[in-house]
Amino acid sequence: MKEKLAQIRAEALTAIAGVDTAADLDALRVKYLGKKGELTAVLKQMGGLSAEERPMMGQLANEVRAAVTDAITQRSKDIETLALERRLAEEALDVTIPGAEREQGHRHPINLILDELKEIFLGMGFTVAEGPEIELAEYNFTRLNTEEGHPGREWTDTFYITPGEEDPKNDAVLLRSQTSPMQVRTMETQHPPIRIVAPGRVYRKDEADATHSPMFHQIEGMVVDKGITMADLKGTLNEVIKSLYGEDSVTRFRPHHFPFTEPSCEVDVQCFACHGKGCSVCKGEGWIEVLGAGMIHPKVLKGCNIDTDVYSGWAFGMGVERLAMMRYGINNLKLCFENDVRFLEQF
Amino acid sequence: MILSRNWLNEFVPNVSVSDIDDKTFAEALTISGSKVETYEELGGEISNVVVGRITELTRHPNSDHMWVCQIDVGGETVQIVTGAWNVHVGDLVPVAKHNSTLPGGVKITKGKLRGERSEGMLCGLAELGLDEHDFPYGVITAAAVLNNYHPIDPKKPSISPEITAGDKIFGKVIAAALTSVETVSFGTYRVKANIGDNEMELTTLCRNLHEGDLVALNTAANTICTLADLHAEQKEFPNCIPDGIFVLNEEGIAPGDDIKTVTGLDDHVVEFEITPNRADCLSVIGLAREASATFKQPLVLHTPEVEGCGGSAFEEMDVEIENPELCPRYTARMVKNVKIAPSPKWMRERLRASGVRPINNIVDITNYVMLEYGQPMHAFDFSCVEGGKLVIRTAREGETIQTLDGTERELTTSMLCICDVNKPVCVAGVMGGANSEIVGDTACVVFESANFNGVSVRRTATALGMRTESSGRYEKGLDPMNTYLGVQRACELVELLGAGEVVDGVIDVIAADRNPVTVELEPEKVNALLGTDISREEMVDILVRLGFTLDGDTIYVPSWRSDVEHYSDIAEEVARFYGYNNLPTTLMRGETTRGGFSPKQKAEQLMTASCRSLGYSEIMTYSFISPSYYDKIRLPEESSLRHSIRILNPLGEDTSIMRTTAIPSMLEVLARNEHFHNKKASLYELARTYGMQEGTALADERQELILGAYGEQMDFFQLKGDVETLLNAFHPGEITYAANTTNPTFHPGRCATVSVGEQVIATIGEIHPLVAKNYDVDGRMYVAQIDFTTLLTLQNTKIVYRPLPKYPATTRDIAVVCDASIPVGDLQSCITKAGSGLITEVALFDIYTGTPIPAGKKSVAFSLKLRAEDHTLTDTEADDDVKAVLTALEEQLGAVLR
Repeated sequence: MKEKLAQIRAEALTAIAGVDTAADLDALRVKYLGKKGELTAVLKQMGGLSAEERPMMGQLANEVRAAVTDAITQRSKDIETLALERRLAEEALDVTIPGAEREQGHRHPINLILDELKEIFLGMGFTVAEGPEIELAEYNFTRLNTEEGHPGREWTDTFYITPGEEDPKNDAVLLRSQTSPMQVRTMETQHPPIRIVAPGRVYRKDEADATHSPMFHQIEGMVVDKGITMADLKGTLNEVIKSLYGEDSVTRFRPHHFPFTEPSCEVDVQCFACHGKGCSVCKGEGWIEVLGAGMIHPKVLKGCNIDTDVYSGWAFGMGVERLAMMRYGINNLKLCFENDVRFLEQF
Repeated sequence: MILSRNWLNEFVPNVSVSDIDDKTFAEALTISGSKVETYEELGGEISNVVVGRITELTRHPNSDHMWVCQIDVGGETVQIVTGAWNVHVGDLVPVAKHNSTLPGGVKITKGKLRGERSEGMLCGLAELGLDEHDFPYGVITAAAVLNNYHPIDPKKPSISPEITAGDKIFGKVIAAALTSVETVSFGTYRVKANIGDNEMELTTLCRNLHEGDLVALNTAANTICTLADLHAEQKEFPNCIPDGIFVLNEEGIAPGDDIKTVTGLDDHVVEFEITPNRADCLSVIGLAREASATFKQPLVLHTPEVEGCGGSAFEEMDVEIENPELCPRYTARMVKNVKIAPSPKWMRERLRASGVRPINNIVDITNYVMLEYGQPMHAFDFSCVEGGKLVIRTAREGETIQTLDGTERELTTSMLCICDVNKPVCVAGVMGGANSEIVGDTACVVFESANFNGVSVRRTATALGMRTESSGRYEKGLDPMNTYLGVQRACELVELLGAGEVVDGVIDVIAADRNPVTVELEPEKVNALLGTDISREEMVDILVRLGFTLDGDTIYVPSWRSDVEHYSDIAEEVARFYGYNNLPTTLMRGETTRGGFSPKQKAEQLMTASCRSLGYSEIMTYSFISPSYYDKIRLPEESSLRHSIRILNPLGEDTSIMRTTAIPSMLEVLARNEHFHNKKASLYELARTYGMQEGTALADERQELILGAYGEQMDFFQLKGDVETLLNAFHPGEITYAANTTNPTFHPGRCATVSVGEQVIATIGEIHPLVAKNYDVDGRMYVAQIDFTTLLTLQNTKIVYRPLPKYPATTRDIAVVCDASIPVGDLQSCITKAGSGLITEVALFDIYTGTPIPAGKKSVAFSLKLRAEDHTLTDTEADDDVKAVLTALEEQLGAVLR
């Protein structure tokens, strides 16, 4: 019997080591340890043993059972590990195959620039004002100190909807040629302190080409408050330009002329491509003109019932397309309105 | 405005090129408000080119058309080979020496020409960047030298190759061999000619003759024949050309002199962009004043003085202004015994440097005064003025004038003209008439120096399509006080140039007077506006340099500064010369303001960001469209959308009306992309539309969100799903979709109207194939048009949390059979409304037609989710609700359980 047990043990351990599926292992478990298993069969013969032999044999049989059980448990773990390894190996992917991208849409470059500008001004306590694109001559011209006879009022320059009736210089209707009417509209409805930017579409009678479009975008900005100075204008616009062009931007304020500001200026930023040496980006000048600005003309303030003895203000206007073209290296403005997806998807 | 720095130097002596280089000059003036566009030295590309005197001239031993010259270039003699025939011993010529440079990047070095050493090049006008207008005396009269004859047909030469001196050519014209050529004076030569049996002497202006030449001599006129005299073509005498070396005829020059100094090419020119408020700076004096103030250097002005020759202009002519509002002042003087000739070199140089071509003394004087004083001048031939009277009036109906450029112009009754008693002789401020043009035999000239209304001149010039130097100045509004100075300066120059005799008396009709403008000097106010602390003295100093005068605190604005009216204008003058860049830089003080986006702006951001997250890219299209676009989208004739706001003066029909819908804009972009062979596109625009409004000419400007797409990623249900996603972001309430079979832009079976309650907020669908065809697109296009302005009013921003369910839900699947024509939406809303309110979700999961479902019927399967808020549902409760649903479906829609 002893030999039999030893034989079962040896056979079982060999067999267990030889299987590599859970099912085969379970079959071995039944074969050796099950109710009709070989070890059970041997134990059933225990009754035939002597009293001295019985405990000894019992102990031996238990040892064999423990050894086989252990071996099965161990083998079961091994098989699980093997199975997992096999699965992982089978499931391995070629991670260099392109992913399934979820396509996102793209913001139009001109609006990207406008978003950036709005954000800069919002951080300075400005709000965003909006107004009509179909506008009265009164707001687009007259109240901006742009009297009759000014070239900008000519039909060769501005699109008209109606020539006006009783008082053509004011009641003529046109497509606004600038965002500046928003200065007047804002001062009519808000009391100082005023800090607004007004972005939007404007229209001028230019044929479309690489640098012109009959419809384009401007952003207007205006501050009206007690004690506002030209030094404030410089301070704020310097900050704006640094936000747009980088902290190390160098600016230059140049006298200029606009009917609705006095003193007026144009602001240049030192060419970021050549740092002022002169190159093709700045057309050899070393400077790039970025915006026009000035102290709001006293006639404009008075026309909006703002007391010029108490209040003063500054305003600026900036073309958005040119900025977008410079920022993204777009060499033809037509691309912005053609809307080719191959263009749009680059932003 | 192009400025000659030599000329400027006359008025600001301490601001010469040697005092202040061009770059410094340009930067300083730009910063003080006169923006410099470009600057250059006129002869900047020329180097090592000097005056040389020809000391010896011999024919090239190995060439039949070249000469070998020995030239004294100042202290040394160089040998140069030239192909030009117009040089003679003693001539002074421009010599480009070894290692010299010429305009256009040309480099000259020494070399050999057919074996002869040549240490440089002799220059013609063109090689120096000049032409005959700059140096009229440089034009060459060329004789036909018979040695150079090349017959057109070698078999039939007009002149025999064996011809010798004395042989007849035709008529009185015989061949003559020159035995000597001597320069008498510049351009005039004494020649001796052998005419066979004897020798004769004659004087000629032909400049290409040398000893040994055989020429054609007209014995009747005693002249040497030119090509024109022989009716010969240039190619018959290829080297007898009117072009050649520029033989200098200038006083006081010597070999070795720099050619740039001799020809005025040492001048530096600066081009300015002058703002429209500063017409006074369109002149040398105006810019001199700016330069004087910028560099704080004295300004030296000159008062013109005219001697006069007696007589009285008042007796000769009369001036009448019919339209004083268009001509506030008309000043004129008369010059008789005019001698038309080229202007002197200094004048031609200054004109040329300023970009104006010299013509003759009288015309050049008018241009010179215009450039110097900024006062446009006109000179016309007084003999052409009928009735001895000038009338300044608007043109009469049907009047025409031929202008100096030779074009016949039709005038309208708003155009101001200078007329004699019968006809216009000049379009005021724009261009003179050909009928009174200054010509070679003009004897009596009237110089006009007038002030015209700027707007009127601009409109006339625009209408006639001719912007001139003159109209460009007038249209900015000129100083009426300048007309007198202008005419005086012109007459002073006439006397200086010996161009004629100035008749006494200045005709000066002042139709509208103007009082000087005054402004109070308020230093505190100026400082408050600028944020500075500039002293009163410094302000006064700046103003005085600019020509303002002060009496106490009253500033008298000079007549040429019509742009100055307010303290803010004074502030600008002070700031300009204090330096904009020297103003302090401060951040605004005062009350803080709360920045931020409005709810509408936030909604726009939400909407457009949602579009992009769904894969739609943003486009930007014009607000104006063509009226024909409404036909392209098959908009019915009676549609109110066709009532568009029309532009009176559009660029073209294609951009003539303001859109009432953005669908055509979107379709155009989709079609364009399709035509670019882009396989797919998903696009959006938050577009403005412009509707007409009752009672106002202003528009009802609304916003429409337009989605457009084509390609394999898109079909009706994808589009519908995207729209659902977009709308849900706004929590507008229950959204319903109804078939729209009547919108002619869309496929009648694939179009839905989207509503919130009774409010229609969108139309979505596939574009009608006929519309697609109008855009030359074969494939399917999808468009959704969402009324963003209305959607905003429906947006629910007050979201309140609902507790999560505590009790489990029960699901029941049902499948019903109904008529195929019944919309799923109707079944769905019937299910939702039926029952006792336990149904929380209805999800479609199958639609089936075909066996065993009878023809004309369909089977529709839904999964219902039922739940009670306060307890776990029993099967009976759920079954009861499902039963109620089935009853409702059968009763209302004839749908029975499958």
